[in-house]
Amino acid sequence: MQAFTSVRGVIAPLDRANVDTDQIIPKQFLKSIARSGFERGLFFDWRYLPDGRPNPDFVLNAPVYQKAAILVVRQNFGCGSSREHAVWALAQYGFQALIAPKISRENIHIPGFADIFRNNCAKNGILAVELDAPQVDEIFARIERHPGVEATVDLPGQTITLHDDKGRGFSFDIEPSLKKRLLQGLDDIAVTLSHRQAIAAFERRHDVWLPQKNGDRHKCQGFGQE
Amino acid sequence: MAPKTLFEKIWNRHRVTDLEDGSTLLYIDRHLIHEVTSPQAFEGLRLAGRQVHRPELTFATMDHNIPTENRHDIRDPVSRAQVEALAANCREFGIRLYDLESDKQGIVHIIGPELGLTLPGTTVVCGDSHTSTHGAFGALAYGIGTSEVEHVLATQCLPQTRPKTFRVDFTGHLQPGVSAKDLILKLIGTIGTAGGTGYVLEYGGPAIRALSMEGRMTVCNMSIEAGARAGMIAPDDTTIQYVTTGQRPFAPQGEMLEKAVAVWRSLPSDADAAYDRRITFDASRITPQVTWGTSPGMVTDITGSVPAPDQVPGHSAADIEKSLQYMGLTPGTPMTDIRIDTVFIGSCTNGRIEDLRAAARVLEGRRVAPGVRVLVVPGSQQVLRQAEAEGLHTVFMSAGAQWRQSGCSMCLAMNPDKLSPGERCASTSNRNFEGRQGKGGRTHLVSPQMAAAAAVNGHFVDIRTWPHKE
Ligand code: SF4
Repeated sequence: MQAFTSVRGVIAPLDRANVDTDQIIPKQFLKSIARSGFERGLFFDWRYLPDGRPNPDFVLNAPVYQKAAILVVRQNFGCGSSREHAVWALAQYGFQALIAPKISRENIHIPGFADIFRNNCAKNGILAVELDAPQVDEIFARIERHPGVEATVDLPGQTITLHDDKGRGFSFDIEPSLKKRLLQGLDDIAVTLSHRQAIAAFERRHDVWLPQKNGDRHKCQGFGQE
Repeated sequence: MAPKTLFEKIWNRHRVTDLEDGSTLLYIDRHLIHEVTSPQAFEGLRLAGRQVHRPELTFATMDHNIPTENRHDIRDPVSRAQVEALAANCREFGIRLYDLESDKQGIVHIIGPELGLTLPGTTVVCGDSHTSTHGAFGALAYGIGTSEVEHVLATQCLPQTRPKTFRVDFTGHLQPGVSAKDLILKLIGTIGTAGGTGYVLEYGGPAIRALSMEGRMTVCNMSIEAGARAGMIAPDDTTIQYVTTGQRPFAPQGEMLEKAVAVWRSLPSDADAAYDRRITFDASRITPQVTWGTSPGMVTDITGSVPAPDQVPGHSAADIEKSLQYMGLTPGTPMTDIRIDTVFIGSCTNGRIEDLRAAARVLEGRRVAPGVRVLVVPGSQQVLRQAEAEGLHTVFMSAGAQWRQSGCSMCLAMNPDKLSPGERCASTSNRNFEGRQGKGGRTHLVSPQMAAAAAVNGHFVDIRTWPHKE
């Protein structure tokens, strides 16, 4: 996995809640067996008009946001399908950090990001930061005053700085384990494999209830040992 | 011992080791894969020179891209390449594959239970968010991303942080015509599409106990639409009956079964187990549900109407306006006035035999309204054969519906089954997102019986008051 320490770049605003992964990358782009080229499909149905021209009303098509590296969104971003292609599309388009609000009032708690999506970000070295809702409102407002403003998201210091005249920053929380993984760009699989002995010991005592030989002769391909 | 929930019991049984960062390395009993989310995982293995740790615990099928008219004629070269890549990867790594030749092929979440792979007390993962379906058996089952698919292939384990628990009870009994689909839509409408994020849901109460395994799968399937990666229902006689009858080649038998059943009986949550959150519904007051927006939480009673943008709690008026504009709906329109062009009966939510029976009961001896296109897509080849043995396909075809072969089909329209822009669909699937069933397509999520009744009438009707066989 790619390591993340900090990013400075243009911050683009996508003012919409509950953006699902079908919107982030529509199904026709999921047919690829490659691991690259997904940036073409990012927000495809919003980015392009039916005739294929860029939609001038979509925020990322504005000239100031051409090189955006940070995206600020609304709550429950990345809900729906588990497709990691959504994260690949964001990363390959050039986004390195995402910012979303977590909403807590009375009995309602809405996280900034959906669970599977947040996991997928972590696996791809994208930093998904949650802030309190009023802070995200402030970021949207400051971007509106200074479209194209740059921001810095710094993981070691856990801060976000907007480089506008106000200059006031925000600090954010992150699970220490995730922070460490991102900073080191650890290969998760290698980490798990370092527990080989524990896995082997577990396998000796754990029963998966899978009949090995009987009742297992129906047609299926690709399995050599039957 | 402290009382434990179903979730905690399964979690504890699968803890390989606690990791230093506070997470847990969890063992995975069943790994299901399909053609869309696996190619990059196999590629990752190859690049790193890694093997599949236990190939006998991973099972593959092809479902998302498969045409439902002539399944062998995959015209789209990119779709075909993806299907072929899965076959090649399964051959290379020694993984069982239920391909288009197999009489057991079908939607991954439908064939897992059919084959006896999905068992109480197991952990099940798949690179697909609707893996929550398998929780209906009292399994801990959740969707993962492609990097995690690679992780499971290489290690049969996943590092996980422990989720919180959320108990959802449905007391009382459902009214005739009201189904499992309506229960879960009601829940999502109440807690919102992020209400379950970070939790594992456990469903209980008399209305859940009264459901068949098919109905329970429908409920657990859409847990992800409430934001929860997993939903579960404690195993009982209904569960054990399902697992031990019929042709379930991978279900344990004989002595192994006896041992397993003893464990399964011990799984239900202890009476005074604590949950992080609870909610209770009176099932007898739930009415048939219909979505009106572009998120499954945008749902109302069939007796209701399209809301005004500022009347929807938890959503900004601007978001609702965008949604209504996309759906082509005006606030105040009664749900029963909404006319439809297409009906889709199928998917891993409602593509099982009971769903097809429910739809057939409504369509029997009737005709689909003029101009309405109806697609009935069985969830698997086994469902297809069962339906044909019962003559359901004749009911559908005499009513003017199209009887198709198994696959995901118009649930996500990756194959040729699509809505065209502006086309309005009553769908038994699980997502009414913009463009989900085809760019510009407008989806209303409903139960199979509600979809079938809409097909006959050309608009939504309240199935409770509309004459049909129960
Ligand atoms: S039927 Fe729909 S939701 Fe289910 S696995 Fe297929 S595409 Fe996904």
